[in-house]
Amino acid sequence: MLLDIRQTVENPRLRKNITPFRVGDTVRVSITVKERITEEERDKKKGSKEKITEREKTYPFQGIVIKRKGGGIRETFTVRKDSFGIGVERVFPLHSPIISEIKVLKKGNVRRAKLYYLRDGKKR
Amino acid sequence: MIGLIGKKVGMTQIFNEDGKVIPVTVIKAGPCKVVQKKIKEKDGYNAIQLGFEDMKENRATKPIFGHFKKFGLKPMKILEEIRIEDISKFKECDEIKVNIFSNSKYVNIQGISKGKGFMGVMKRWGFKGMPASHGTHRKHRHPGAIGQRTYPGRVFLGKKMGGKTGNEKITVKRLSVVGIDSEKDILLVKGSVPGSRGSALLIVSYEGK
Repeated sequence: MLLDIRQTVENPRLRKNITPFRVGDTVRVSITVKERITEEERDKKKGSKEKITEREKTYPFQGIVIKRKGGGIRETFTVRKDSFGIGVERVFPLHSPIISEIKVLKKGNVRRAKLYYLRDGKKR
Repeated sequence: MIGLIGKKVGMTQIFNEDGKVIPVTVIKAGPCKVVQKKIKEKDGYNAIQLGFEDMKENRATKPIFGHFKKFGLKPMKILEEIRIEDISKFKECDEIKVNIFSNSKYVNIQGISKGKGFMGVMKRWGFKGMPASHGTHRKHRHPGAIGQRTYPGRVFLGKKMGGKTGNEKITVKRLSVVGIDSEKDILLVKGSVPGSRGSALLIVSYEGK
């Protein structure tokens, strides 16, 4: 009974339109970030006298999903990309409102649940 | 000062507008009934007595049954008193729901902490223990010396030592209210709250800034 009550808190907050993706897929995650507008930029827009101090911007993060962890509203996934020879990993909460889109670019074919072996460097 | 009796449901997390994760405790708060009003002239102080969750009638002893019957109520599991100076706003048999906190930013919450049993001095009082190395022999979690010398020749009263830990009344002050659902009687509070899942809590309004 107590668990049911917790579900009523969690369930309406879950994101419904999640594109199904798996570990090993190459994805592009778009995140919206609120950005502060600097004084200089505001002066450029003299026309509008509105006091806008923030604006929304979308940033993409593209890479391979190396793990999915947790369940329910706690679920997170980690995306790893290679940025100029340096591996960069970013953990996203799956149900976070800052994620505007998850786009699967390539289906992966992996036999492991966690792709930690990608961290061990690519010997090319 | 207003208050409510509730039940700890458990913890989860929610996102705020910025996408930040807030750890929240879900509390089934109320609905409570005002069982008895305590009046200064008669009882020596002003207070309201709140009841929470109906009890099976065959489980109530005759004195409990009689106490509720006096006010035309059915027996309830938990009774708790809240001292309020101005009790004219409340009537006996009134129902109090979570929406009394809809304007509150913070609340205080009182509950019984989880019992830990007999705990050593490190767990109970946060002592550092003895060094891990440099010749320490089987005394890693000990308190060290507990007194002085021939004078005073005794251990002072109140010396922090091992013993029964937990299972005591704890008040957590100034917990921010994250959400209220008055239809489902749910209160969301940021952070943790004493007790195990299903344990009773007394939620009281926070006075001050």
